[in-house]
This record gives sequence, structure tokens and C-alpha cells, in this order.
Amino acid sequence: MSAKILISDVTKIYPGQGRPLVALDRVSLQVPEGEFVCVVGPSGCGKSTLLRILAGLVPCSSGSVAIAGGRRGKPLHSLVFQEYAIFPWKTVLQNVAFGLQMRGVARPQREATAREWIGRVGLGDFTDAYPRQLSGGMRQRVGIARAFANDPEVLLMDEPLGALDAQTRLILMDELLRLWETDRKTVVYVTHDIEEAILLGDRVVLMTARPGRLKAEFAVPFARPRGIEVMGDPAFAGLSYQIWEALRDEAIAAMGTRA
Amino acid sequence: MSDPRRDRMLALGAPAFLVGLWEVAIRTGVLDARFFPPPSLVVLTFWRLLADGTLAAHTAASVTRVLAGFAIGAAAGLAAGLAMGTIRSLRVALEPTISALYVIPKVAILPLVMLIFGLGEASKIAIIAIATFFIVVINTTAAVVGVEPLYIEAGRAFGARRLQMFAHIILPGALPAIFTGMRLALGTALIVIIAAEFVAAKDGIGYFIWFAWNTLRPEEMFAGFIVIGALGMLSYEAVRRIGHRVMPWLEDDRPRGGREDHG
Repeated sequence: MSAKILISDVTKIYPGQGRPLVALDRVSLQVPEGEFVCVVGPSGCGKSTLLRILAGLVPCSSGSVAIAGGRRGKPLHSLVFQEYAIFPWKTVLQNVAFGLQMRGVARPQREATAREWIGRVGLGDFTDAYPRQLSGGMRQRVGIARAFANDPEVLLMDEPLGALDAQTRLILMDELLRLWETDRKTVVYVTHDIEEAILLGDRVVLMTARPGRLKAEFAVPFARPRGIEVMGDPAFAGLSYQIWEALRDEAIAAMGTRA
Repeated sequence: MSDPRRDRMLALGAPAFLVGLWEVAIRTGVLDARFFPPPSLVVLTFWRLLADGTLAAHTAASVTRVLAGFAIGAAAGLAAGLAMGTIRSLRVALEPTISALYVIPKVAILPLVMLIFGLGEASKIAIIAIATFFIVVINTTAAVVGVEPLYIEAGRAFGARRLQMFAHIILPGALPAIFTGMRLALGTALIVIIAAEFVAAKDGIGYFIWFAWNTLRPEEMFAGFIVIGALGMLSYEAVRRIGHRVMPWLEDDRPRGGREDHG
């Protein structure tokens, strides 16, 4: 299978005052079409920076990223942010249709697509509500629907469940798996939560503390379609521990440099 | 514990009590009736002036000036503020000058404005426009600059181009703070027009109050105060309602006792 996403030797240096800050140090990663990759690392390891480089929001200092396109008129990527990045002045419908609107998709068509995704994330009764009327979990469903409705080549998710409480997270992880099954897009998913990464991903990539490098990767053995029940599998706990073993030193190192 | 009926009784009862106290204080000679006409006389005078059309004519003159000046000043301030907020070099070039001019009380330059625009309506409209402009331009610039960067990033991530970014993200994101500026400006416009009419008009509520002083009729002065108070309340309510229309996504900001203070 050819690579859908090709990250080659990406380095990111922030000039800053005094010492320049190396956020990413020669990171290379290939993601085949249809793979769900989770990037795990300690706080401040540059995993979000990597995602922003992929999304074209931040330029890299050296190296290159490429996303294979192909379908005419479709965007290369859509980004799911942490909780508060949906627009408070737009209704749920307008938020979900936003990407399509920016690409000039006609109103009836974009609203039909948006309604479909709003239904899939279970917000059908809130189509014309504003974000302030929604709970945190519902808002993030809007953010997820906005990315899916845009029908990109790859989905990029930056700790999308990071701001939610533990129970809402579990519910949304299950929903995310179900949504992803519909067309199995290529996903790069950044998180600091190991169990979230194992539950969702085909592969878990571990990053070091700053400067961010790729440290190790782990294949996730659980079959698709998958649900929250795999968390009860002894192999889940085993893999979780194995990843934590590799991550622990980095997390401690990150605490040291940040203090 | 809040009981809405008790709250309403307190809110209406307290001012009624104060007015009663005022009346009693004059009748018993504690307050000097030459400066503080009894409320009963003020109300009678107010009705008389309302019935013979005096107050209506003066109010219309003041309101016309405020609306004309506010429209000009707010439109110019909005356009300049949006431009300065969006274009960094423009902001860097103009912000110090505008901030410096902003702190000059607008009433202070009234003589200069009269020198330039003459004694007619133009000078009154101009001074209102100037006062409005500075408040709106400063608040609009700050509003645009203050739009949450995350929303701008989300716009870029979904491919918004320059004009789309402005229409879908910058403008709606800045609107609440822009409206705060408008509300402030309208309040200031009311102050400025009264001051301008004290010295430079032959009609208007400001002139009416000044004339009442000159002719030693304090009860007419107080009738003028009632009109100004009503105008202030009406304009505040009007801006609030328009804001609610234009920004339906916001929580209603109707002030409620003990929760928020809208100065």
C-alpha cells in the first residue's frame, strides 16, 4: 500500500528570545491509506505542532510533509480541535456546513450533507441551536461532524476529547469508532491518553520529550470493527502497560524541563 | 433566596419612598424649595410642558442632532476600526494618535468646532460625530484584534480565504465588543449634546435646561432632567434590542439585580 501521508525529516524550530526552541527533531512517519494512527507523547513534546504542520497552519523549518490527494474538489485535510473551536455565532448546522461553504458548495447541498452528519452524531434535535446551548460533549460532536462533513482525504485530530470529563470521553470514543467505520478515512490522532490511543488506533506512535522525536511504535492487535469492550481484554492492559513503560521516562523528562 | 415579587416591590418601592421623602423635606422646610422644587410641582410642570408641545420640540431637536452625529461618527469609526484591526501597519501608524486625541474631552474642542462649522446645526452634529467616532474606532479596533485566535485558526484550517475570514470569523467574533463601544458612544453622545446645547443652541433639551436656569425656573430644569433620564434609558434599551437581533447567539444580557452591573 502506498503512503497516504508522508512525513519526511520534519524539524520545527521556534526562534524565540535567547535559545531557539527545537519542537520537532527530524520526525519521519508514513501512514498508509485507511490507517488510524495515534500519536502519544508527554505534554509539550511537539505532537500538536506536528499536526498543525500537517494541517498547513504552521510551516516546518526543514523536511517535508505530503498528503496524497486524488479526488477533485475535496480538501486534503480537516482538523478537529480541542473543545472550543466551533464558532459560537453559528448554529450547529452552520458550523457543520462551514468547510463545505468555504469551498463554495451550494447551500442546499451543503446543508443536506451537514444534516446527515448532525444526525450521525446524534444532534438532530439541535440542528438550529447555538453552541452555548450545548454541553461540552455535544460541542465536540459538532467539531467532529464539521470535520467529517468536509469529506477530507485525511482527518487530523488534536486531543479532541482532552477537555471532556471521563464518562463523556468514553462515550465519544465509542461514537468516534462507529463514525470512522463508515468510510475508514486515514486519521492522525494526537492524544496524551494511552488507553484512548489503543482503543482508537491501528498503530500507536510514541514521541519523546522535547525536542520531539519518534521513539517507538506499537501495532494494536484488536480487530475492527471495535468497541469499548476491548478495554476489558487482558491484552489491552498488557499493551497499555508496555506503552507506559516506554513513555514514563519521557513524561518525567518533560516534567523536568517544564518546571 | 430571590423572590421575584419581593424584588419588584423593592425596586419600585425604594424610589417611590425617596420621592416621598423629598416632598416631605421641602414641606417641612428641610430642603430649600428655590433649588429643589417639590416633586408634585415637577410632575405638574412636566405635564404642562408635555401638553403644550414644548418638551416634544426640544427633545426632537436634541434627538435629531444625536442621531445624525452618531450615524456619521459610528459609521466612520466602524470602518476605520475594522481597517485598523485587520491591517497591522495601519494600526501601528494611527493608534498612538487616536489614543492621544481620544483623551481630550470632546466638550473642550466645541469652540473650535463652532469656529469651523459655524453656529448652525452642523457644529452640533459635528461634535457628536467626533465624540462617537473616537469611542467606536478604539473599541472596534480592540474588538477585531481581540478575536479569539483559535477561531481564526479554525477558519484557516477549513480553507477560509481573506474575505470569507472577515465575513465569517472576524466580524461576528468582534461584534459583541463593537456593540459595547456603540453603547458607550451613544451614552457619551447624550452628554455631549446637552453640554453643546447649553452654550451653542437656540433649542434642544440642553438649551431648555440652561434657559430654565437663566429664568430661575428650577421646576422646568427638573422636567428637563426627566427627559434626559428617559432618553438615556430608551437609547440603552434600543441598543440592547438591536444587539440581541444582530447577535442571536449571545446570552440575553438584560441586567438583573445582584448579578451584573451595567454602568
